[in-house]
Amino acid sequence: MMTQQEIADQLSARFGDDIRFSTFRDQMSAYINKEKLLEVCAFLKYEPTLQFDMLSFVAGVDGLPRKPRFEMVYQLYSTTHIHRFRLKTLVEEEADGWGEIESVTPLWITADWHERETAEMYGIRFLNHPDPRTLLLPEEWTVHPLRKDFPLRGTEQDTPDLPHVVK
Amino acid sequence: MAIERHLNDTVVVTNLEWFVNWARKSSMWPLGFGLACCALEMIAAFVSRYDLSRFGMEVARPSPRHADLMIVSGTASKKMLPAVLRIYEQMTEPKWVIAMGACACSGGIYDNYAVVQGIDKYLPVDVYIPGCPPRPEALLDGILQLHAKVMKEKSLAANPKEKSIKAAV
Repeated sequence: MMTQQEIADQLSARFGDDIRFSTFRDQMSAYINKEKLLEVCAFLKYEPTLQFDMLSFVAGVDGLPRKPRFEMVYQLYSTTHIHRFRLKTLVEEEADGWGEIESVTPLWITADWHERETAEMYGIRFLNHPDPRTLLLPEEWTVHPLRKDFPLRGTEQDTPDLPHVVK
Repeated sequence: MAIERHLNDTVVVTNLEWFVNWARKSSMWPLGFGLACCALEMIAAFVSRYDLSRFGMEVARPSPRHADLMIVSGTASKKMLPAVLRIYEQMTEPKWVIAMGACACSGGIYDNYAVVQGIDKYLPVDVYIPGCPPRPEALLDGILQLHAKVMKEKSLAANPKEKSIKAAV
């Protein structure tokens, strides 16, 4: 088992300035550029002293009006060393209104459903995702309900009760 | 009363409509399905402490073709709604609907994009039971109110009860 600081030191030694840390209420988060995502994740998973073999959760954050708008959060856990770590990366909104980031399913297959939910709820596209269908929302909806600019009640046009209601 | 007395009280005379209503309310089989937390209170109403079988209702039917009563017990999400409507359509006449709990009555606390704001937008609800969730006593009271309503129905009239789903499905 390693402390958060020891894990951070090891990441700093390997990636240097590509990785930054912030601490809030004694919990540490590591920020990376999204281009480095798979590289850092592979290191976290395969380095013998870290061995983060379990991805507990993948979440999205909409930081409107901040830019870059979105944030991806990866909660990691090691069943060998019994320690946890949190990895974050910022994702900007592309011209078509979607965010875009690499999928981590090649490393942790459990990311499949987590990323599908994040994709539909926040409008973030996961590149090289094996099964990019909607998970919870009806297929014909094109809205992203957990975005901050989404009206909580939805609209008759975007979120109808029944798919076949005549408008 | 005169006929009964002539036959030494070996028969009972009543009117057919009362008898049909009495038969319907005395063995009103609910559909065995639940949507959310209200379903747990419904289950509690079925088992021995509250014992729905006192009212001839212990036979929860998994098949909608055998069921008379749909208890919409809980939150109807928009994704679940087509399934609920389809089950209701498969139930044979006569059939009744109870909206159990705040969610089924009005959407409840879920005033959002994912939840149907009251199942009465789509189903002809006979009895509304408020509560979040209603206790089994409340469900029993609602069921007894429905029984009282059934006893007043013109069950032998040509078109006893208009029960069509409002949305075109």
